[in-house]
Amino acid sequence: MSTRREFLLAAGALVLTVRPNTSHATTAAMQEAIRKVVGDAQINRGKVKLDLPPLIDNGNVVALSVSVESPMTPTDYVKAIHVFNEKNPQPNIVSVQLGPRAGRASVSTRIRLADSQTVTAIAQLADGSFWQTSQDVIVTIAACAEEIS
Amino acid sequence: MARAVVTVPPRAKRGEIIEIRTLVGHRMETGFRHDNLGRSIARDILTQFVCTYNGTEICRAELFPAISANPLFTFTTIAVESGTLEFKWTGDNNFVLNETASITVE
Repeated sequence: MSTRREFLLAAGALVLTVRPNTSHATTAAMQEAIRKVVGDAQINRGKVKLDLPPLIDNGNVVALSVSVESPMTPTDYVKAIHVFNEKNPQPNIVSVQLGPRAGRASVSTRIRLADSQTVTAIAQLADGSFWQTSQDVIVTIAACAEEIS
Repeated sequence: MARAVVTVPPRAKRGEIIEIRTLVGHRMETGFRHDNLGRSIARDILTQFVCTYNGTEICRAELFPAISANPLFTFTTIAVESGTLEFKWTGDNNFVLNETASITVE
């Protein structure tokens, strides 16, 4: 006979097993948006640091910071930082154009996230190379969920 | 009328990296929501932000509906000379907002 405890254990196990595999969770829309920016260039991993809370209570206001390792000299600097998501209605979040006058490649803003997903930041350096990093986030209250009443 | 709050240090040493914070009062309506009768609510967002330092562009951002209401944006720049920083936001429905801040570099 199934007891309540067994049921809870089974339910817990089920929740654990259906968690999506987030290691390479990239949707077609996000890939397409990334390709639009990057073209055919190769995207390297690293250099970019994406700062997002891993567990988000309210998806309407999520603090996001992106910084890139760069000396920011007139010849070696970060040209642009792009941030993408998979599960909002649109894959783009923000695109920032910087230059050597920035001193540091570090920007922050507040974003909306519609669901638990992977957020990706891509930096373009002055030499034309692209660097990316991704972070998984869990969102409990999604943005765009509430309607005006 | 929308309002912007820009935080720039009033004085800085030459060559110092300063942080600039900008905040605009704007609802950033995504265009993906519906009212209680099921009608879609038209998009009304800021689409672009540009900052110039004595006329030279130092930062530009393209904004999307995924930016929260009342957009906050912070970035850095090198304090090269005394002068004026100009900030300009543009958006849907011919939205334009300008703000300036002055800095003394010694």
